[in-house]
Amino acid sequence: MAVYNLTINGKKHQVDVDPDTPILWVLRDNINLVGTKYGCGIGQCGACTVHLDGNAVRSCSLPVSKVAEQKITTIEGLSETGTHPLQEAWLAHDVPQCGYCQAGQIMNAASLLTNNPNPSDADIAAGMNGNICRCGTYTRIQAAIKTAATKMG
Amino acid sequence: MNLIKTSHNRRSFLKTSTVAGGGFVLGFSWLTACQTADPVKEAVVKAMPKEWFNINSFLKIGDNGIVTIMSPNPEIGQNVKTAMPMIVAEELDVAWEDVVVEQAPLNTKDFSRQLAGGSQSIRHGWDGLRMAGATARRMLLEAAAKQWEVPVGELTTSEGIIYHKGSGKEMGYGDIASAANGMVVPEEIGLKDPKDFKIIGTDRLNVDGKKIVTGQPLFGLDIQEEGMKIAMIVHPPAFGMKLKSFDGDAIKSMPGITDVFSINTQPKGVELQWSDKNNVFPEMVAIVGESTWQVMKAKKALKVEWGPGSKSESSADHEATLTKFMSQKAKEVARRDGNPEAVFASSDNKIVERTYTAPFLAHNTMEPMNFYANVTADKAILNGPIQTPEFAEKSIASLLGMDPEQITIDMTRMGGGFGRRLYGHFVTEAALISKQAKSPIKLVYTREDDMTHGIYRPAYKVTYKAALDADNNLVAFHVRGAGTHGSPVFANRFPAGAVDNYLAENHTKESNISTGAWRAPRSNFIACAEQCFLDEVAKEAGKDPIDFRLALFDKAIANPVGEKNDYDAERYAGVLKLVKEKANWSNPANGVHRGVSAYFCHNSYVAQVVDVVMEDNLPKVQKVHCAVDCGIVINPLSAKNQIEGGIIDGIGHAMFSGMTFDNGKPDQTNFDTYRLIRHTEAPASIETHFVDNGIKPTGLGEPSLPPIAAAVANAIASATGERLYSQPFIANKKVLG
Ligand code: FES
Ligand code: FES
Repeated sequence: MAVYNLTINGKKHQVDVDPDTPILWVLRDNINLVGTKYGCGIGQCGACTVHLDGNAVRSCSLPVSKVAEQKITTIEGLSETGTHPLQEAWLAHDVPQCGYCQAGQIMNAASLLTNNPNPSDADIAAGMNGNICRCGTYTRIQAAIKTAATKMG
Repeated sequence: MNLIKTSHNRRSFLKTSTVAGGGFVLGFSWLTACQTADPVKEAVVKAMPKEWFNINSFLKIGDNGIVTIMSPNPEIGQNVKTAMPMIVAEELDVAWEDVVVEQAPLNTKDFSRQLAGGSQSIRHGWDGLRMAGATARRMLLEAAAKQWEVPVGELTTSEGIIYHKGSGKEMGYGDIASAANGMVVPEEIGLKDPKDFKIIGTDRLNVDGKKIVTGQPLFGLDIQEEGMKIAMIVHPPAFGMKLKSFDGDAIKSMPGITDVFSINTQPKGVELQWSDKNNVFPEMVAIVGESTWQVMKAKKALKVEWGPGSKSESSADHEATLTKFMSQKAKEVARRDGNPEAVFASSDNKIVERTYTAPFLAHNTMEPMNFYANVTADKAILNGPIQTPEFAEKSIASLLGMDPEQITIDMTRMGGGFGRRLYGHFVTEAALISKQAKSPIKLVYTREDDMTHGIYRPAYKVTYKAALDADNNLVAFHVRGAGTHGSPVFANRFPAGAVDNYLAENHTKESNISTGAWRAPRSNFIACAEQCFLDEVAKEAGKDPIDFRLALFDKAIANPVGEKNDYDAERYAGVLKLVKEKANWSNPANGVHRGVSAYFCHNSYVAQVVDVVMEDNLPKVQKVHCAVDCGIVINPLSAKNQIEGGIIDGIGHAMFSGMTFDNGKPDQTNFDTYRLIRHTEAPASIETHFVDNGIKPTGLGEPSLPPIAAAVANAIASATGERLYSQPFIANKKVLG
């Protein structure tokens, strides 16, 4: 066990965990931020996507010991009131079915739009290919990202 | 307005009972209140009411007119949590914006069918939900009539307001709700004419939408309780193996680990439910600890010795047995019309024969199996994702020797179901672990646990044979199906009823690999096989594939063979005609190759036309045109979402997915080896058209999946000339044609 000081959604947190503990489980078990989901644990599904200094990472494969000063943003902190253009577009397009993958999808999409504010259809599909939706909401995700991109652009 | 009698339901579902905190509740055979109001609605609602009045067990009305409506059935992503309350709200005649929705807990006493399965929630719930809303409305009207001293017949309602035209009086439901207390349940109530529906048939957002997109706790895995520990299981690594011994002491000293023991969820004498019977791993090791990661590490470090339980099986063995069955007459003849053997023997006829195969499939819900349990000497409190809470309660009662009254089961939103959470072994496991660890626990399956302890879609094989006469009429049809734990053939489905000489037979291969319902059981395979085959037969007959099918439906309408046909040929033909028109079937764009397919299951009809383009010798589904007849559509927005999901799910599994076994050991253990469809492989667009016929609603969560694989395969055949007989079509194949 070791003590780590983390900045999550703009707030400081101190946790005492094993150094190899993935951020996913620190968030879920220690900080009670459960919006970030467990899907595979091996970086294959994207359900656990968070931002590290604004870039999408798979939190299931990121040990707490590697984070250091980098700022973590989770779905709970993407916007203060849950009104990020992606969140609004997700509601407007009624994207979720079971909803389980969607936090990861939104976090991945947010980072995609930061890096490429004007993505083509192919850019979106390729950029989202690491996020599985078992319910098959891909066409709606595509549409929602386009809506959000237009609004943000 | 249609008047219906409520009296025939009274004994079973209208019981007056008082509830704690005043007011009264009519036990509508379902539920009592619980948590979670919808935040979108909370934003609209300015003030929550100071007092709630329970009108019946579906709904309570606040003094400010806000209505809480219970959603009785488990929510697995099929969106019943929005749709079921919409039906109640419609008949209550209240503004949807004044509604908050709560998930009801399991209440086996007063409740019927609190289950998610078979796409039947809306179909079975329809009458009861309407009656709940209409009865409540009527009671409010009677209370108002009494207060105003006017005949109840002179009152009307609109969006939660009661009007008396003669006197110009009006009042909100909230003003009269308290007076409904003690009201006699009306003998007769009016139901709306569907043409007057204001909520049903309109787009309504998912009531949990805001919570989902902001990452609020909703799912079983999100449960956190005071003093709760994390539990994981270690089950046999291969089907056919069982637990011999394990070295718990070696991992007990690992950080955070508090308990290691074995459990048996099916000891002698325990009464097994339907949902327990296909669980082949009753004995396993349980590890309990402080945090998920610590338990995961201990799980990896645990040394277990496994011994043989029954003969191990490999996918090659299954394939060999199913193949052998295809050339053997089956003992079980499911249906016979006319004399198919004689027609097939006649040299005047052209014979087409094809065999189709598909592998086991895992459900792979995005949220792995999990459950919360807190079992003490006299109580069991459970909470989590389960499609069959009622069965789970019975299993636990028998296993723990408790009365059902001592058991509470709450239902969380589920991160997918697809049939997997019909089989609640994880609920009993959680209960046993909590009991033995003497602690509240959350049982968590890793993805690997989830995938390798599957209740899989069975492996299937089917051979079709058709005879065409000299005029290319379909004169005989034979289907011989086989599968692990049962044949995929439905005896009385199309084209039974449209062919004079017909034979359906079934083979079964017993297996120690556990299988069960997977989204649209049996249909998920047989529709693809049948619709691919009919496409080839149509081609052989020199006919357009849609016209060929329509001619068969014409025959089934005018002159049906046999009496047991379980489809309505007119509705079946209706969706084909609709999709033909909407897709502009005969005029595909340049470079686009098309395939068609249609199927009936879960009481609904679906036809699809798929546009495929070839990119680097690989097929890409560009667009899907879909026509659906599921009767009245409650919420078109989410109905379309369901249809799209079924289509993408169906394309993905037919193209890419499969579960195989080597000496009982699953070859696929996680998403690096089990391929699921991803964004780039999904169709760019899906266009859904519903038949508007005012018929009572039927299934929606499953019917769009079965036909799609054939539509894709038929389009690929038209693009490449290559027919696909074995799923997954392109799992390991890089290039087609
Ligand atoms: S849980 Fe991290 S990628 Fe799947
Ligand atoms: S909405 Fe269910 S997994 Fe994506």
